[in-house]
Amino acid sequence: MHAHDHHDLGTPAVKGEPVTLEIDGVSITVPAGTSVIRAAALAHRDIPRLCATDTLKSFGSCRLCLVHIEGRKGTPASCTTEVVPGMKVHTQSEQLERLRRNVLELYVSEHPMGSCPASAGCELESLAAQHGIRESRYAVGTTARAAHMPAAVDASNPYFVADDSLCIVCSRCVRACEDQQGTFALTIEGRGLESRVAASQRQPFFESECVSCGACVEACPTGALLEKSVIAVDQLPERSVRTTCAYCGVGCSLIAEVSADAVTRMVPDRAGRANQGHACVKGRFAYGYATHGDRVTRPLIRERITDEWREVSWDEAISHAAAEFKRIQAKYGRDSIGGITSSRCTNEETFLVQKLVRAAFGNNNVDTCARVCHSPTGYGLKHTLGESAGTQEFVSVQQADVIMVIGASPTEAHPVFASQMKRRLRAGAKLIVVDPRAIALVKSPHVAADYHLRLLPGTNVAVINALAHVVVTEGLTRDDYIADRCERESYEKWRAFISDPKNSPEAVETVTGVPAALVRGAARLYARGPNSAIYYGLGVTEHSQGTTMVMGIANLAMATGNLGREGVGVSPLRGQNNVQGSCDMGSFPHEFSGYRHVSDDATRGLFESMWKVQLGSEPGLRIPNMFEAALDGSFKGLYIQGEDFAQSDPNTAHVTAALSAMECIVIQDIFHNETAKFAHVFLPGSSFLEKDGTFTNAERRISRVRKVIEPLAGFADWQVTMRLSNALGYAMDYSHPSQIMDEIAALTPTFTGVSYEKLDRLGSIQWPCNDAAPQGTPTMHVDQFVRGKGKFHVTAYVPTRERTSAKYPLLLTTGRVLTQYNVGAQTRRTANLAWHSEDRLELHPHDAEARGIEHGDWVGVTSRAGDTVLRVEITDRVAPGVVYTTFHFPESGANLITTENSDWATNCPEYKVTAVQVVKVAQPRAWQRRRQEAAPAEPAVSPN
Amino acid sequence: MTGAPVRLFVPGDSGAVSVGADTVARDLAIECRRRGIDAQIVRTGSRGMYWLEPLVEVQTPEGRVGYGPVKAGDIPRLLDAGMLEGAVDDLRLGDVDRHPWMRSQQRLTGARLGLVDPQDIDDYLSHGGYLGLEAALSLSPREIVQRITDSGLRGRGGAAFPTGIKWNTVLEQPAAQKYIACNADEGDSGTFADRMLMEGDPFALIEGMTIAGIAVGATQGYIYLRIEYPHAARTLEAALEQARERGYLGDDVLGSGKTFDIEVRRGAGAYICGEETSMLESLQGRRGEVRVRPPLPAIKGLFDRPTVVNNVVTLATVPVILARGAEFYRDFGMGRSRGTVMLQLAGNVKHGGLVECGFGLTVRELVHRYGGGTATGRPVRAVQIGGPLGAYLPASRFDTPLEYEALAAMDALLGHGGVVVFDDSVDMADMARHAFAFCALESCGKCTPCRIGSTRGVQLLDRLVTSPDGARAADKALIEELCDTMAEGSLCGLGGMTPFPVRSALRHFPEDF
Repeated sequence: MHAHDHHDLGTPAVKGEPVTLEIDGVSITVPAGTSVIRAAALAHRDIPRLCATDTLKSFGSCRLCLVHIEGRKGTPASCTTEVVPGMKVHTQSEQLERLRRNVLELYVSEHPMGSCPASAGCELESLAAQHGIRESRYAVGTTARAAHMPAAVDASNPYFVADDSLCIVCSRCVRACEDQQGTFALTIEGRGLESRVAASQRQPFFESECVSCGACVEACPTGALLEKSVIAVDQLPERSVRTTCAYCGVGCSLIAEVSADAVTRMVPDRAGRANQGHACVKGRFAYGYATHGDRVTRPLIRERITDEWREVSWDEAISHAAAEFKRIQAKYGRDSIGGITSSRCTNEETFLVQKLVRAAFGNNNVDTCARVCHSPTGYGLKHTLGESAGTQEFVSVQQADVIMVIGASPTEAHPVFASQMKRRLRAGAKLIVVDPRAIALVKSPHVAADYHLRLLPGTNVAVINALAHVVVTEGLTRDDYIADRCERESYEKWRAFISDPKNSPEAVETVTGVPAALVRGAARLYARGPNSAIYYGLGVTEHSQGTTMVMGIANLAMATGNLGREGVGVSPLRGQNNVQGSCDMGSFPHEFSGYRHVSDDATRGLFESMWKVQLGSEPGLRIPNMFEAALDGSFKGLYIQGEDFAQSDPNTAHVTAALSAMECIVIQDIFHNETAKFAHVFLPGSSFLEKDGTFTNAERRISRVRKVIEPLAGFADWQVTMRLSNALGYAMDYSHPSQIMDEIAALTPTFTGVSYEKLDRLGSIQWPCNDAAPQGTPTMHVDQFVRGKGKFHVTAYVPTRERTSAKYPLLLTTGRVLTQYNVGAQTRRTANLAWHSEDRLELHPHDAEARGIEHGDWVGVTSRAGDTVLRVEITDRVAPGVVYTTFHFPESGANLITTENSDWATNCPEYKVTAVQVVKVAQPRAWQRRRQEAAPAEPAVSPN
Repeated sequence: MTGAPVRLFVPGDSGAVSVGADTVARDLAIECRRRGIDAQIVRTGSRGMYWLEPLVEVQTPEGRVGYGPVKAGDIPRLLDAGMLEGAVDDLRLGDVDRHPWMRSQQRLTGARLGLVDPQDIDDYLSHGGYLGLEAALSLSPREIVQRITDSGLRGRGGAAFPTGIKWNTVLEQPAAQKYIACNADEGDSGTFADRMLMEGDPFALIEGMTIAGIAVGATQGYIYLRIEYPHAARTLEAALEQARERGYLGDDVLGSGKTFDIEVRRGAGAYICGEETSMLESLQGRRGEVRVRPPLPAIKGLFDRPTVVNNVVTLATVPVILARGAEFYRDFGMGRSRGTVMLQLAGNVKHGGLVECGFGLTVRELVHRYGGGTATGRPVRAVQIGGPLGAYLPASRFDTPLEYEALAAMDALLGHGGVVVFDDSVDMADMARHAFAFCALESCGKCTPCRIGSTRGVQLLDRLVTSPDGARAADKALIEELCDTMAEGSLCGLGGMTPFPVRSALRHFPEDF
């Protein structure tokens, strides 16, 4: 069931020339290709239907939407009939009413009134009731489906129930699984009255290929597929709130339905520009962590990290933290403390934290967790194209002819965008995958990569150079575009560099492991497009040459003219909900909001006059520098909002040593985490359900986060930062996050036109939004690059220092799995555990055999930095010589083995390449066993 | 013995085989060899006189003399009696072409049935085969289509849509790839013309499809063959192989530079896959479920490409039109039903089989003159025309000519030309129930009127026949309402036509309800 207040228009919107027709005497103009049912709904002449819904192509099976069309025989179905100029449609007549009543009675004979729980909002029962049908004349004896289709209820999925006895075989679920999600897990089995929905080979949903995206549940017009949480409440929701998902960088617009101040379900918003009415197993279902018993709801303090936590009042916690920061600054100097913003919090909250650091702490020691993921994106795109952000909006992919996915696994980490991409691929776009691993897109139902460049981890730059080499030396460059839009000198220099035979596919074949012929084929395909789009993930950025690779991607796109229109572009797939926003908001030590350097006097002057304080002109410390300074003894205090270094940052031993060396760490989070073990003050955070604000997704789209329930701990995160600032003596006075956004808009040229009022009106806005683009900017660099002329950079391949050796013969790379999210703090506290309850090490059968390792064995994974133990999964998704793991569980200790290597420009850690050895062991390490037994960790708290 | 061997003809048609033709052929060979007779036994298709099968023919100077029905045990006696010289016997039928059943027919599409060896392309060529394709190759695509249009040929699968207009639609589509899809999923009860053609004269179908391909610009054809037709599959595969070897199919059809080839695809046993859009879904490897029209298959058909979907009989008729001219063909028939129709007579009938003649034969002529009345000898009470979804006609309407418009005027239809005969012991309420039951069994389950309505129809009829008189009127009214809903609301002909047998039974045989 879609959101209960949604006015369903029957079929999806289409683009086309205007066509005017008449429906029941009402004239209406709609785009050519629109269905009659949609035109009628737009004219407020809604026609009954059960198999049609406006997220799915028309199907024409229920036969309720029949109409009369003047000049046409019979009673055509309005969902499958397209409008024609001058068409005259009649939606009501005695004959139509008789037909509809008969069809409804046939349905009701199988699905008696009152079969569905009230909370299901059964469309059939509502429609029948509207037609005055209480029972069916066709109910001859026992005709209910429940009677002739036994063993109907499948409750195997943790989140929803499939009850076949309530099914009306409209195929909406099957079509949603195919068209919207692209998984093809569902089918109709049997025929005639024996037709039923089956998952995979008639398996329980949980055991089938179903990825639990919930599209089928939302599509179902009855209670046949229904959320368990909805069944539990047995009433329609009291209210609903439109908000934005707090998981990945797709930023799905969701409608939270609420009863008795508890969320009963999340429904994807069909008006959501990013998600187009779709969501995934995380956003749609895994929100239960927000009210999990592990939530910290009272402020905590302790003198030493070996002490037990003490529950205190907000006033005490805030004044204690402020006093500690003041003491440290007095003793060690102004620069001895800093703050960390979170890519999980809102733009407004992030903006406030960096304001606190710059204005209240009086230094620029602010950094963000984006440091460890997409900082090379910001740097690389800024220096080539002029803006630190992706160039497209998601729907642009529907115009792409060739899609290149580099170092990303969209079906796992950005599933809702992956579905859009797969739809385009099914429609015929070509696919190039550049990844050491055979990600799902390489071969999945009705999608297959035309080229899979299966490179060795750490050789990205060599591959992108080889691709560009082919483009340049085979005359596939767009010379007019380059002459028009790029810096000539930089191009000439790059051209000379890239043409060098040492960059040819043949020359680098032994380094990259990718056959030259494949590289040549892929380069030609990409260059010929005509519309070629690149999507990339952390497999690009988290390398010692992360920034070089981002520049290499930009070079390739510029050389082939693939920037500045729909269907092309360079699009980073952002990992976290607000990683784009946290970067936009001035979270880096050297930049104010809008990526303006702190040394720029005019910009700084603007901030100084607004904030009424003098600001530093020198960049502050980056996260790794903070750790080093902490170990030096010069950095003693840190305010961390929503970030868990101790689990997520590389080389855990180094991080924990640095954290231990500090005198006051203030953690603001919703759960205890690894970093909190080193903290002195714990300020309870608020989840996305508990506050107002905005998130900015991977397509620069600013979307509203709206408060659904009251903050569990009493305050939203922005209020806590404000109180801390006030306690420190720097006054902040906001009564609503909209005022913070007004301040951001006043201080940031790319946000000038953004306001909550406009966001409410437009739904969402892609920045830049200002006088030049009052509605925002879906596609960047349209007429020229933001920096004026695009700049090519020479991108010489420099191998990482991390290399295999006899001692560490395998290369470890990391990634994510669909059902878990990042370090798992949220998803591990939901039923998503049912799918993925431990991280595993993927090992190629050859490497396994050579080591005598079998599927499911425990293996020790040792690198130069450390070691851990994981259970093994033997698979040829990885190539021989490469191993892979996810890092969602703290007990996996993946970052015990990753090294300190990092990107040359941004210090983004090299998570994606670690030389390791893998050996069979008997069991996990002792600390891991303790972790697992205690999980999830619940530290001792003494009452105050 | 000297000179040419004696030529004997034994049908390999599965209808004949089902009554022992294989055994007869084998025993005949053994017996001839034992007697030192140099005999060549040719396995032909069937003439379509099924009550005479196995029908053995002997080539004599006076023509092909037939004997039938021959049982294996008859062989020594027949040989002793001089069958090889055409001698008299109780089983002797005389010159088969002059047999009253055959003589009065107008065999055009089925001209070679029972005459030729279906696995021998040279036999086909010596009986006028491939003259149509040769003629077509001398014409432009537009001219070929025009000839088909001029001939008045209408789709013989049941819908009777003008073939030329359909081809023209496909011809006009500017697509790089087009297809010819032959609907050989013959599933109507009492029909067998498609099977007879594929088993008895497969090259006619192959030639017809090739002409269609050249006419509309399609390079690939598919025959969607009913899984229950294994004999036809073997015959077709063998014929396709020969046609390819001899250059009638492939990259350069008869040196014309044009490409056309054919693949046989087996159905999976669903009646609904005989509906053209379900057939296309099934051909694409998907669940055989009806597609919404429009778009028409001629515009968006197989793999969403423009596709000619025609029945076997339609396509096998095409060579006749090209070889002998549109006017020749158009001169047969009556009214708007031009050419010949292959009527298949079955059920409770004395002489069942294939009757091909110009449109316009009356039901009475077919049932009595050809069929000889019922097999049981009881009076004929009803016929069902056009398969399980066709209407029942009572004996009082037997003067109706068998042509499209006359039947339509009686709320009946000719369909694929199957005519099933019932004697006076038939219970028409049971027949109406059977129509619903058939629909329920074969419904794809996509549209509601058919998916649910068919089963409710069965249940209503069950209640009707057992309920007290007072309650019957309401149930009859509800059945009529259900028929309206299915006829007006169903997505395809299965649910849409189920009311034909039901309503005709109710109307013409009210006493049975």
